[in-house]
Amino acid sequence: MIRTHLPPLVSGTLFGAGLALGGMTDPARIRGFLDIFGAWDPTLAFVMGGAVLVMAIAWRFVPRMAHPLFAPKFSLPDRTDLTPQLVGGATLFGVGWGLAGLCPGPGFAVLAIAPLEALVFCASLLAGMLMHRVFFDQKAKAPAHASQ
Amino acid sequence: MILPGFPEAAPLAGLAGGLLIGLAAALMLLGAGRVTGVSGIVGRAFGINDSGMSWSSAWTFVIGLPLGAFLVATLKGGFEPDFVPLPLLAVAGVLVGFGARLGSGCTSGHGVCGVSRLSQRSLVATATFMIAGIATVAVMGAQ
Repeated sequence: MIRTHLPPLVSGTLFGAGLALGGMTDPARIRGFLDIFGAWDPTLAFVMGGAVLVMAIAWRFVPRMAHPLFAPKFSLPDRTDLTPQLVGGATLFGVGWGLAGLCPGPGFAVLAIAPLEALVFCASLLAGMLMHRVFFDQKAKAPAHASQ
Repeated sequence: MILPGFPEAAPLAGLAGGLLIGLAAALMLLGAGRVTGVSGIVGRAFGINDSGMSWSSAWTFVIGLPLGAFLVATLKGGFEPDFVPLPLLAVAGVLVGFGARLGSGCTSGHGVCGVSRLSQRSLVATATFMIAGIATVAVMGAQ
């Protein structure tokens, strides 16, 4: 119980703390980063840079480990194909990201700071995910690939 | 610290926040053997998709997100986030949710976990949502 739930709880809490510390709970900061033709705010580049740096080191340990510390095996995304769905989905995602200045992580983290706005965003996000399931997953029914 | 030319930027806080996010994702990778894709985990928590993770593990992660933000907000003495109007937030939320599922990931999964692994799919997805986000803000304006 503790072995399986402590890592995601600590990870989620660290993730939420990192988002707040890095200013990502303020949509204006994210939209400022995307505003490269206006008053550009490069803060998000430092957030992404710091996170990618730590993870680039973490990935190097994976091949040397027989299994994760608290789980029997690694379950990692293994797809390598570039598909229209990947590009189309990322485009829609980017438009929504630019409109709101929020993505899923900050959306849920900000529930603790501005519950009304966060609830509207998170409920809509879940509705969008459900719409995708209704439109696409029915006919696909292929084995679900682990998402990135 | 102030970055010359960018009075609004908070580079040190951003870097510190990014290192924490990296630690969070590293703990998930080396502890649970999974990538930290928030959209996938959220979808799993609400029973929309199957990311393989257990339902209760997904929930503990999702609950941790506002918990961590609350701790930092308390220590820093609060935040005043600047949101777009609610109808726009709702439209954007649908696009973000639909797009994350269609594109198999979001800023955390593709942008942090995939890019750091040099996954070609994630590099393409990240470049795509960055360009789409920049174009959207350019058209709609940042305010």
